[in-house]
Amino acid sequence: MRPGPGGCCCRRPLRANGCVANGEVRNGYVRSSAAAAAAAGQIHHVTQNGGLYKRPFNEAFEETPMLVAVLTYVGYGVLTLFGYLRDFLRHWRIEKCHHATERKEQQDFVSLYQDFENFYTRNLYMRIRDNWNRPICSVPGARVDIMERQSHDYNWSFKYTGNVIKGVINMGSYNYLGFARNTGACQEAAAKVLEEYGVGVCSTRQEIGNLDKHEELEKLVASFLGVEAAMAYGMGFATNSMNIPALVGKGCLILSDELNHASLVLGARLSGATIRIFKHNNMQSLEKLLKDAIVYGQPRTRRPWKKILILVEGIYSMEGSIVRLPEVIALKKKYKAYLYLDEAHSIGALGPSGRGVVDYFGLDPEDVDVMMGTFTKSFGASGGYIGGKKELIDYLRTHSHSAVYATSLSAPVVEQIVTSMKCIMGQDGTTLGKQCIQQLAENTRYFRRRLKEMGFIIYGNEDSPVVPLMLYMPAKIGAFGREMLKRNIGVVVVGFPATPIIESRARFCLSAAHTKEILDTALKEIDEVGDLLQLKYSRHRLVPLLDRPFDETTYEETED
Amino acid sequence: MRPVQAAPAYHLILEGILILWIIRLLFSKTYKLQERSDLTVKEKEELIEEWQPEPLVPPISKDHPALNYNIVSGPPSHNIVVNGKKCVNFASFNFLGLLDNPRVKAAALASLKKYGVGTCGPRGFYGTFDVHLDLEDRLAKFMKTEEAIIYSYGFATIASAIPAYSKRGDIVFVDRAACFAIQKGLQASRSDIKLFKHNDMTDLERLLKEQEMEDQKNPRKARVTRRFIVAEGLYMNTGTICPLPELVKLKYKYKARIFLEESLSFGVLGEHGRGVTEHFGISIDDIDLISANMENSLASIGGFCCGRSFVIDHQRLSGQGYCFSASLPPLLAAAAMEALNIMEENPGIFSVLKEKCKRIHKALQGISGLKVVGESLSPAFHLQLKDSTGSREKDVKLLQEIVNHCMDRSIALTQARYLEKEEKCLPPPSIRVVVTVEQTDEELERAAHTIKEVAQAVLL
Repeated sequence: MRPGPGGCCCRRPLRANGCVANGEVRNGYVRSSAAAAAAAGQIHHVTQNGGLYKRPFNEAFEETPMLVAVLTYVGYGVLTLFGYLRDFLRHWRIEKCHHATERKEQQDFVSLYQDFENFYTRNLYMRIRDNWNRPICSVPGARVDIMERQSHDYNWSFKYTGNVIKGVINMGSYNYLGFARNTGACQEAAAKVLEEYGVGVCSTRQEIGNLDKHEELEKLVASFLGVEAAMAYGMGFATNSMNIPALVGKGCLILSDELNHASLVLGARLSGATIRIFKHNNMQSLEKLLKDAIVYGQPRTRRPWKKILILVEGIYSMEGSIVRLPEVIALKKKYKAYLYLDEAHSIGALGPSGRGVVDYFGLDPEDVDVMMGTFTKSFGASGGYIGGKKELIDYLRTHSHSAVYATSLSAPVVEQIVTSMKCIMGQDGTTLGKQCIQQLAENTRYFRRRLKEMGFIIYGNEDSPVVPLMLYMPAKIGAFGREMLKRNIGVVVVGFPATPIIESRARFCLSAAHTKEILDTALKEIDEVGDLLQLKYSRHRLVPLLDRPFDETTYEETED
Repeated sequence: MRPVQAAPAYHLILEGILILWIIRLLFSKTYKLQERSDLTVKEKEELIEEWQPEPLVPPISKDHPALNYNIVSGPPSHNIVVNGKKCVNFASFNFLGLLDNPRVKAAALASLKKYGVGTCGPRGFYGTFDVHLDLEDRLAKFMKTEEAIIYSYGFATIASAIPAYSKRGDIVFVDRAACFAIQKGLQASRSDIKLFKHNDMTDLERLLKEQEMEDQKNPRKARVTRRFIVAEGLYMNTGTICPLPELVKLKYKYKARIFLEESLSFGVLGEHGRGVTEHFGISIDDIDLISANMENSLASIGGFCCGRSFVIDHQRLSGQGYCFSASLPPLLAAAAMEALNIMEENPGIFSVLKEKCKRIHKALQGISGLKVVGESLSPAFHLQLKDSTGSREKDVKLLQEIVNHCMDRSIALTQARYLEKEEKCLPPPSIRVVVTVEQTDEELERAAHTIKEVAQAVLL
């Protein structure tokens, strides 16, 4: 039963692995047929909104299998007990204490760290610390060279052996469109600008650090996004933490998604506004909060809120989910709220012309009040931007903390952004941009489908180039990272506190620079390691598709 | 039935009454905490219809003083082209003139050819390059500390370092003239902030003594409350040096840790440019954390913190600007390293800078209407109006006129910019004058002369 042209593909009464009615609590997402009746009620709701979605929206978060959850808790329990034992041994000097200590002269000062704060770091993180902060010494492209390091004291300190592991397949860097290169048009343009302008700027935008390059960049970003004006900043994280306080203050309300990035959370906190959290990607939760906010006003005084700002991200980097933008915009228009969209991961990576999640859903960029994004991921540079109406940008030029107190972008970095953006827009006279976007979309579909066929639990939306593969157990976090590196593949594994305690995962970031051969090699190794570590938890097996050309309305059959 | 019959009569009666009471409670009306008439669905919809939010941003008038930026065509080096006019640069913090140094550019170019521009990831996820590790090592060796950590943005350095250590319930004593980045770091930390008068050690001691009295009242709480003193080596807002020896004495007397922000004094003060600790001859181990940005003397982008491993290592997992942000592009790190090399090779450059600062300080004394605010050692100082007109707006307009006239005569100056509503202690409006080693003596004389003339013309 093929989905209709305007709707979500959830008209089938069977359990559907790729189907979404509306967001629920993350951990209890796709259920077996026992909940199909409940699902039917939800399906009805979505069909009403079905007209908003011009393409199928396939997102799934398979439930954690019960046995796995229990074993994970047991694992953490054992680690905690051992942690207490080791702390005891260290305290009584039976075991050597490796970490640095306070100066003798300052022993009677109040201790800088609480002992318990670092319990997790000392006893759990330290054991598998070699999976993070791996130093590299080449371009972070599709293949990367990692510096080999050894530890003789169980990860407390590392020594570099001097060897370099060459040609490791890089599935961890945010290189969605493959612009992390040290040759080519972008690099040559950046080199020229470096010769002319130098590297530093030594002043702020409002004083004497506003180069002509910055003005050029901002015009280009505005035309890329389809907005009236844009402004660029030196750091993506700081773009959020310094501009949200300029937009909202006391007496305003911020509705923030449960899984928003640390920069959004920090910006919201620094602004002084009231923050309310809605469940991840859950439009009912958001609507309820909006209704209650307007009807009941501020707590205690009942005064009406000055303004309401909704903070969402384009792609959530830990879940791989895509925001339900059509529904958010419908809600925002109905309740007269403002929308702040953080496209750090989705700009360049989604959409037929790479313009981000607005382009992906075919919506009007004017509907989003504040479009924010970063240049780090798809443009291979650094920095962030905000785009929107001219009044907004004029206000930010005068009131943004970054414009007044922080140094502006470095000139060669600006040139890299300009060249790569022109390439994506097709303004450099080649079709390289379009090819990269298509390659990324194909890679995404292929990789996700193959992993699901193998039987792993994969979170997130079908079209998101961020692919989280669930590991759950703490020992498997370390084992997965190390086994993959032995097989010459560099992956990113994430655990607590970036994710909930039992939902640790490996996260793959696909890139247009990955060829099919690279993906096939990686998939073969992941298959092997999956069998070795018993990671194939999924109970919804997919039937492997016959080789069909990639088509937007492709969907999978499921069997159990 | 036997237990019921065996029980005494009063027992049965009591339980019977209790059961009847329960039945009564179950069927009685629920108790409402407050007289709240629930709104009907229609009333709610009306409220939703009627509510009008404020516009997202208030309108900005076209002649807002900060709206139209100066456009610099070409590099912001010693000879700068601002708004089409060629000027001598007295406004960029390029103290050691390393912005257009060919060696620095060559090192950055080599790094660009090897690594490309961006790092495509945070430090934890394949964003750590060997260049970063090398730069951290070099900085730690240069400052003679155990460890250093690099951030990709100067503002984020101190703004992430402070909240990593100081949490809710801790106490921070900070100078009134602290820069905005420190203020944001303190706001993010949610600690108790106690401001002391600028560079006034008696005021600080008074606050510390008061805190000691509080501690004696509640020793249990005092044992877990951390105390910090945050000061700048060379204050950006006033151009003065902090009295570090007294601060260190107070540190040991009242058991508070010192965080020093050396953005302006790194590469300026001290015999080898190591900052205010070298200037006063204080052992660097006495300072718990030194934070500086690489955007002034090192003419690159980013910032670093250095200190003992015990202190610095904590930021690798709790510094927000370090863990959740992409790392510094390698070409900027390579440029900073080469700049550091140049600093180490020519230690004479610092005394040259000091000479030039003294010279222009002397030359700018006695201008009608303007006073020099800042020490003679400080390469970045302010010119404030001797007598304010009474309204900040008018003052800003007057100073802008002076700046514009100076630019017409090829001296590039700028006003010091602040966010008026956000600053805790807003400094008075001023013109920022920056001295660099690239400025020749004639240029310094000419600048002083020009400013004198323009000030006389405008302010009289």
